[in-house]
Amino acid sequence: MNQKNKTFEENMDRLEQIVRAMEKGDVALEESLKLFQEGTSLVQSCTKLLDEAELQVTKITAGAEGAPEEVPFDAEI
Amino acid sequence: MQQTLTVTDVNAYIQDKLDRDILLSSVAVKGEISNYKLYPSGHHYFTLKDENSALKCVMFKGNAFRLRFKPENGTKVIALGKISVFPRDGAYQLYCTAMAIDGIGDLHAAFEELKKKLSKEGLFDSGHKKQIPEYPGTIGIVTSSAGAAVHDMLRILAKRYPLAKVRLFPVRVQGVEAPGEICAAIKYANMHSLADLLIIGRGGGSIEDLWTFNDENLARTIYNSQIPIISAVGHEPDVTISDFVADLRAATPSNGAELAVPDMQALFQQLDGLQERLNATILRVIRLGRLRLNALSSSSAMQGPTMYIAQRRKSLELLRSRMTAVQSRCLYGNKQRFMSLAAKLDAMSPLKVLTRGYSLTTAQDGTVFHSIKQAKPGESINIRLADGLLSASITDVEEIENESKE
Repeated sequence: MNQKNKTFEENMDRLEQIVRAMEKGDVALEESLKLFQEGTSLVQSCTKLLDEAELQVTKITAGAEGAPEEVPFDAEI
Repeated sequence: MQQTLTVTDVNAYIQDKLDRDILLSSVAVKGEISNYKLYPSGHHYFTLKDENSALKCVMFKGNAFRLRFKPENGTKVIALGKISVFPRDGAYQLYCTAMAIDGIGDLHAAFEELKKKLSKEGLFDSGHKKQIPEYPGTIGIVTSSAGAAVHDMLRILAKRYPLAKVRLFPVRVQGVEAPGEICAAIKYANMHSLADLLIIGRGGGSIEDLWTFNDENLARTIYNSQIPIISAVGHEPDVTISDFVADLRAATPSNGAELAVPDMQALFQQLDGLQERLNATILRVIRLGRLRLNALSSSSAMQGPTMYIAQRRKSLELLRSRMTAVQSRCLYGNKQRFMSLAAKLDAMSPLKVLTRGYSLTTAQDGTVFHSIKQAKPGESINIRLADGLLSASITDVEEIENESKE
């Protein structure tokens, strides 16, 4: 339904997992470097997602035959 | 003769009596409005009556502006105020400071009754309440498409978490049709899986305005919703049945939007924090690695092969000199033995014997003379001395008796 949000959530989960693993202290140097790189790029991608996001607002009504009809809603925010 | 009083005195006396009375100085009176008149001055004059009696009332402008309804003849009300005397007319009246429609009492009672009933059924149980998703992808708002509530919610959602998608389900939020429309919207959203989270609510109003959210059917629909629901009705002190059944209660629609999503600014800080932790951890790992490396490289094995070789060479030298010493000793000993043996041998050498004066006599053919029997007078012989040879001939042979025979 909302791919950007799903990606954001997955990135945050993975990021926290990485930080926990690294802080646990039993990761070898080479693996730590790999995790560090992955973690840093996740931080950047999450930041980018938030920066570039724009709230999408629509209005839902029941159309003919009951299927949902969705139109943009302009609410002069 | 009886004391005579003036009319003023009598009215003043009665006024004083009434003003001193505790009950009459603050009284709530239930009755029906009649003879109602609003004067240009802004003051309201009316009569409160029941089946048997009537009471004159006045409500001055300063108190009347707080009225939440329009007083009309026939309206059943509860009027608060003070009973005192209006001396000019010689009449007592209720000076009304506040007034409300009498139906309120019934509403409150109905609310308490329904709340008890549904609570007993378990509709408010916290165990049944669903978790609000941490990062909701799609948020459904069930409210009026006009009015401040929807605008406030959208503004707050845009500011806090623009990653979300918002779907508005426009409904009536007061009046008899409202509960039905809100239920339909909730069921519809569930049926077509149109949201990860629903916010239902409306802006502030009177107890009658908010009464929609005390509807029993709505309470059951909220309870049965698979999608988590935030109830965001009215102002902070307003509490409705929806608030009890919902998975989360918000004090106002704006508060509902705040509770629905994380705050972007807080997320940025959280991301900064995570990056810091990554940085700190990797630095620590590298530093530990370096320390280990230093420790290992300063061990003697790693001071370069030169050192190692020098050490081994030293050992070798040591061994070699020991070996040489042993060798020398051996050799010297053997030499000594050899020399003494050589000397002994030398002493026994027949050539050495010659130097002592013995000679070797040989025939011409080289045969050595052991005995006189081998000799014939006149034979030519050779005599070998230490340093040379003598040629001679035998003149005479003479036998000597020898005690020691070889």
